[in-house]
Amino acid sequence: MAVPTAIDAREVTKVYRRYSHRRQFATLKSALLSGTMIRDLRPDETFAALRNVSFQVPKGSTYGIIGRNGSGKSTALKLVAGISKPTSGTIDVQGRISALIELGAGFHPEISGRENVFINGIMLGLSKKEVQRRFSEIVEFAELEDFIDAPVKTYSSGMYMRLGFAVAIHVDPDVLLVDEVLAVGDEGFTHKCLDKFAEFRRRGKTILLVTHSLGLVERFCDEVLWLDAGEARAHGDPRRVVGAYITSVEKAEERQLAAADARVREAVLQAPPTAAPPDGAAASAPDEDVASDAPADMFQADPGRWGSREIEILGVDLIGEDDRPSQVFHTGERVTVKMQVRANRPATDFVFGFGLFNADGLCCYGTNTAIEELAGEHIEGDGEVTLHIDSLDLTEGTYKLDVAVHRLDGYPYDYHRLLYTFRVKSRVKDVGLYRPPHRWSFTPNIRLRTTAI
Amino acid sequence: MWHNLRHLVRYRGLVQSLVVRELKARYRGSVLGFFWSFINPLLLLLVYTFVFSVVLPGTHAPEIEPYALFLFCGLLPWTWFSSSLNESAGVLISGGNLIKKVLFPAEVLPIVTVLANMVHFFFGLPILALFLVYYDAPLQLSELVWFPVVVLVQLLLTLGFGLFLSALTVHFRDIRDILSNLLTFWFFATPIIYPMTMAPGMGKTLLNLNPFTHLAVSYQEILFYDGNFGHWKWLLALGAASVVLFLAGYFIFDRLRDSFAEEV
Repeated sequence: MAVPTAIDAREVTKVYRRYSHRRQFATLKSALLSGTMIRDLRPDETFAALRNVSFQVPKGSTYGIIGRNGSGKSTALKLVAGISKPTSGTIDVQGRISALIELGAGFHPEISGRENVFINGIMLGLSKKEVQRRFSEIVEFAELEDFIDAPVKTYSSGMYMRLGFAVAIHVDPDVLLVDEVLAVGDEGFTHKCLDKFAEFRRRGKTILLVTHSLGLVERFCDEVLWLDAGEARAHGDPRRVVGAYITSVEKAEERQLAAADARVREAVLQAPPTAAPPDGAAASAPDEDVASDAPADMFQADPGRWGSREIEILGVDLIGEDDRPSQVFHTGERVTVKMQVRANRPATDFVFGFGLFNADGLCCYGTNTAIEELAGEHIEGDGEVTLHIDSLDLTEGTYKLDVAVHRLDGYPYDYHRLLYTFRVKSRVKDVGLYRPPHRWSFTPNIRLRTTAI
Repeated sequence: MWHNLRHLVRYRGLVQSLVVRELKARYRGSVLGFFWSFINPLLLLLVYTFVFSVVLPGTHAPEIEPYALFLFCGLLPWTWFSSSLNESAGVLISGGNLIKKVLFPAEVLPIVTVLANMVHFFFGLPILALFLVYYDAPLQLSELVWFPVVVLVQLLLTLGFGLFLSALTVHFRDIRDILSNLLTFWFFATPIIYPMTMAPGMGKTLLNLNPFTHLAVSYQEILFYDGNFGHWKWLLALGAASVVLFLAGYFIFDRLRDSFAEEV
């Protein structure tokens, strides 16, 4: 391994102080005496943003850091940039650093873009001559030729960011630190930035990239570090790490959804039997038509539960291809909806209904056993009703379910309105609600290539 | 600390361009623009002269006539000193973005503040010169050579206070409010609107403990009073003390440096 290391972080820990007035005096004294604010504080007054994180970035490589919000990514970047110091551990960086952390942080609103370019360039470590030499390139990159002599306060936020980005990138660093700044411009500018990064890579510069854009990480990075709550969860090959990260995020999302759902249900399912929807929609009107031409107020009813409970829905499970109850599915997955039902006394007039709504409350699909020409004959005791969906052809998004059992005339036994939430994930970011199973084909004179990773 | 102090020399280009920016930005958008640098001290002088010659006449000794000139000799450097301190106290907090987001030597900010105010002081000097000529002040070359020395001592003193205050204010925001009141008191505890000779024995000892007394008296002796510059011993002592103060201020600033990015 002859490749030298550009960034070498060893056992880095960064502890922040929680906000506290009480101990301020003591800590200032200790700061003056021992040079640290942290050592004298009790553990409950501190917060570790990073714990024993080590990583090495070889010279000339592009290294990504991913993780959820608050996982310590930006802290890591600030430590590498030297803006703050690690509480323990060491960070060595070889070569000139330029940090794209906050663009245009040093701009003064009252003076012109031209003067700001100079001052910002000097702040970032260039000499006046060097800025002079790169000036026209910077302005051209920022696409601000017409406005460069106007005060920066007249700039739009996009112009401001572009100028900041242009200056920072023209510092010509050996190590470029990028913190989620690619969202600064329109499509065209983003491409230009990516091209600039590619050029950096070609010239053998080191890039440290903190981003939530996993596609970017997979496309650009040679190696990825995954931070989770201040600790390194995994690092190495981008596809493997990103894959593991996505799985973990989905699991966490699922837990959150489950918890939120459980809260709603707990509040609602304990409610005593009622005959009508809580917002006063007519009891007799809605239910049998959930799917077809149900009255508008039915579709607008709030989440809740109502009905006489002669037949009860005890629980609903959504089961994915792994045969386990879940709340996160992928487009095209086989999903079954299982309802545990109990007839408190035998009945012959009953209809099971199912409605699927998106996050905006739009009904994506609705059906019931009566619509599908199944007439109730007899129900008694405990049972299970299962709806098999062979392929969940929905686009990415959050969806909610209505499930119901009612009489043919609409009299509700038990109506669960929007109490079950699930999320659909998709690698393809197509739009709309419904993805018909489909494929493309072309005559031989039309050629396309895949850009999938 | 010494290492960082040496680094400071490398940042002179940055300091220079920030001072220029500060000066440009200050009057940008105003009609008179840069002329305010001349007009401000003049107006200030007018107010004080009006108060002490018309509203409260006869409260000052004949030795400090022409009063406007006497006043100006102390008022101009005081303005540099007090606005530097007032602005330094808030400069790290208002420049928080730089400290948090850019690798930026924080001490540049109070230094720029002090220097920008020094430039304003320099802009006031031609006005002072006009006054001196108009009142036919008894200037001597042997005294005038001391003028740069006084300015240098004041610069060091102000930098020391500025570094100290800017660093502490990050942790104790109260300083900003205390400071503006303290400076008002300090102004009246300095022989600027009255001569040093007016102070009784005990008061004189107290006045001598005030570092700015020696600057004000030095300016007055060089520019206003007849006779030789007799205050030079005090001035040199203050100069030595200012070096110590500057280093102490820098030391504290350096010690607290790492906390700035987290606290501002």
